[in-house]
Amino acid sequence: MTAEVASQVRPRNRRIESLGRNWYKFSRNPMSIIGLVTVLLITFLAVFAPGVPPYPEHAGAYVDFASASQPPSVQHPFGTDVIGRDVMSRIFFGFRFSLLMGVIVLTLVVPPGVVLGLVAGYHQGSALETGIMRVTDIFLAVPPLILALAITSVLTPNLFNAMLAISLMWWPWYTRLVYGLSSTLRSEFFVNSAVAIGASTSHILFREILPNCVSPIFTKMSLDMGWVILIGSALSFVGLGVQPPKPGLGTMVADGATYLPDQWWISAFPALAIVVIVLGFNLLGDGLRDMFAAEEV
Amino acid sequence: MSLLSFLGRRAVHSIFVLFGLSIVIFVISRIMPGDPARMAVGARAPQWVVDNLREQMHLDEPLYAQYYYWLTDALQGDFGISLVTRRPVADDIKEFFPATLELALFAGVIMGTGGILLGTLSARHKDKWADNVVRIISYLGVVTPSFVFAILFLLLFGMTLEWMPTMGRLSLDIPRPPRVTGLMTVDSLLAGNPRAFFDSIWHLILPALALAMGGLAQEARITRSTMSDNLSKDYVASGRSLGIPENVMMGSFLLKPSLIPTISILGLDFAATMGNAFLVEMIFIWPGLSRYGINAMLRKDLNAIAAVILVLGVVFILVNIIVDLVVAQLDPRIRLAPGRGE
Repeated sequence: MTAEVASQVRPRNRRIESLGRNWYKFSRNPMSIIGLVTVLLITFLAVFAPGVPPYPEHAGAYVDFASASQPPSVQHPFGTDVIGRDVMSRIFFGFRFSLLMGVIVLTLVVPPGVVLGLVAGYHQGSALETGIMRVTDIFLAVPPLILALAITSVLTPNLFNAMLAISLMWWPWYTRLVYGLSSTLRSEFFVNSAVAIGASTSHILFREILPNCVSPIFTKMSLDMGWVILIGSALSFVGLGVQPPKPGLGTMVADGATYLPDQWWISAFPALAIVVIVLGFNLLGDGLRDMFAAEEV
Repeated sequence: MSLLSFLGRRAVHSIFVLFGLSIVIFVISRIMPGDPARMAVGARAPQWVVDNLREQMHLDEPLYAQYYYWLTDALQGDFGISLVTRRPVADDIKEFFPATLELALFAGVIMGTGGILLGTLSARHKDKWADNVVRIISYLGVVTPSFVFAILFLLLFGMTLEWMPTMGRLSLDIPRPPRVTGLMTVDSLLAGNPRAFFDSIWHLILPALALAMGGLAQEARITRSTMSDNLSKDYVASGRSLGIPENVMMGSFLLKPSLIPTISILGLDFAATMGNAFLVEMIFIWPGLSRYGINAMLRKDLNAIAAVILVLGVVFILVNIIVDLVVAQLDPRIRLAPGRGE
């Protein structure tokens, strides 16, 4: 009777238990918690941007010269820009574009990058491996920012093309990461057994090898959210990303830079916002890495 | 494996990568919507001018033929005419590249020395206040975009405190040394002009520092983590038991093996510097290749864009080869291992 109950209860319990253990490992470092809270907060602000900020209409081409260039105050905690728009409201909308960019780029990049890496790593020594990895080398041979800038500028500069350009530059990192993992995993015992019982290649790739690559991929994704947002802000800083009057964080820094140092708040707060968002994803990523590393011990 | 065969393999691999890169660049410069010939001459030029140019640029021929013409010209150092400066792109590159190289090299030196020093300091005093300060600095350094650092330094040291120059490579009242290498510091030394030398270094500091911050932070983090890993090794314990002072221990025994990961990352960061220079050069009005490249991009100057990317790609590949050589020099296991080096 007890054995029966135990066998019924155990699987669920074990899942909860491992979740709890992972949470414990993650939360041991207070920095990870700070990262998680930052990311959640920014996501909340971004998702509810039309409802949270005091002046949502200031996100676009709104003009109010009467309240232009005001330093931070109670009504405008981060001040107003030269045409009277509330900087804080614009930053909240800026988070939207930043997160959107990160999420879309990663959704475009991770699946093909991972699949190519799996295939190349599993088919060691084949022409397929050589082909995939050499193409990867080519894309990794130039700093991503340069090619992303070039592609966006040649197409029409806007948010969509900026995301497209960054995605084109980003997939090789996943290919290389997963390639390294799968080329070691392919000689593991469980892979050999799957081959022996006649499992198909796709079964081996996606059901045997891929699940063992999940934690490094997730860690990299969390860190990459930060890096993609950073590069995205660089693109909009140059004028090749989010186009005014839409509030891109990089665009806001560039626009405000003209009025430095007297009206420092116009570009200082958006710059700070970039730092906070990238820092948040970095701390979260480091926390995840520590958590997964502890899992393997 | 001998050094020569290592170099040979790297060279073959690099040529392949460059060839691939040239295809990517060519495709980028041809995906632009619209007629490149019409773009080049402007909207009001008569149709026969456009037609002539189309023929000159081989635009009516298939894409692979266009690529062939472009590549053979590029291999001979002919990148066409810049639409912005109306000069051969190759001349522009010769003029602007040394300024970027000088800036990036300076930034590289700051990244390397600063990062290794801070990382060593941090590992030496692990979990003490010095370590914590370095860790906070390196976190902020990694997550802050270089253009934010550039603006910050420009404001603080350039405009508010007025300690540092805020633009260009040399003060206006100092006569320019004759151009030999294009590196302002080297040229002023060659001309025997110490005033220009110190002035050019003075101009380099802020932009180079802004450019170096990200890499510096990264190097500090990596040096710290490898060093503190190595500190727990047996040979360190036996060294301590022999009474070797901690500082000697760190300097003579630990530094070399701990530097290998740092140097690999330093190479990548140096290359990233070339990308970030695009933003920093804009802010400090630095007459370099990156600023030229940005202007080319903003005006869709295709010949210039393609050439700038190709040049930066070559630099990146060269840096990677150098890094591999240095790492092989530091680590005999890599140098002697057969068959490695892919």
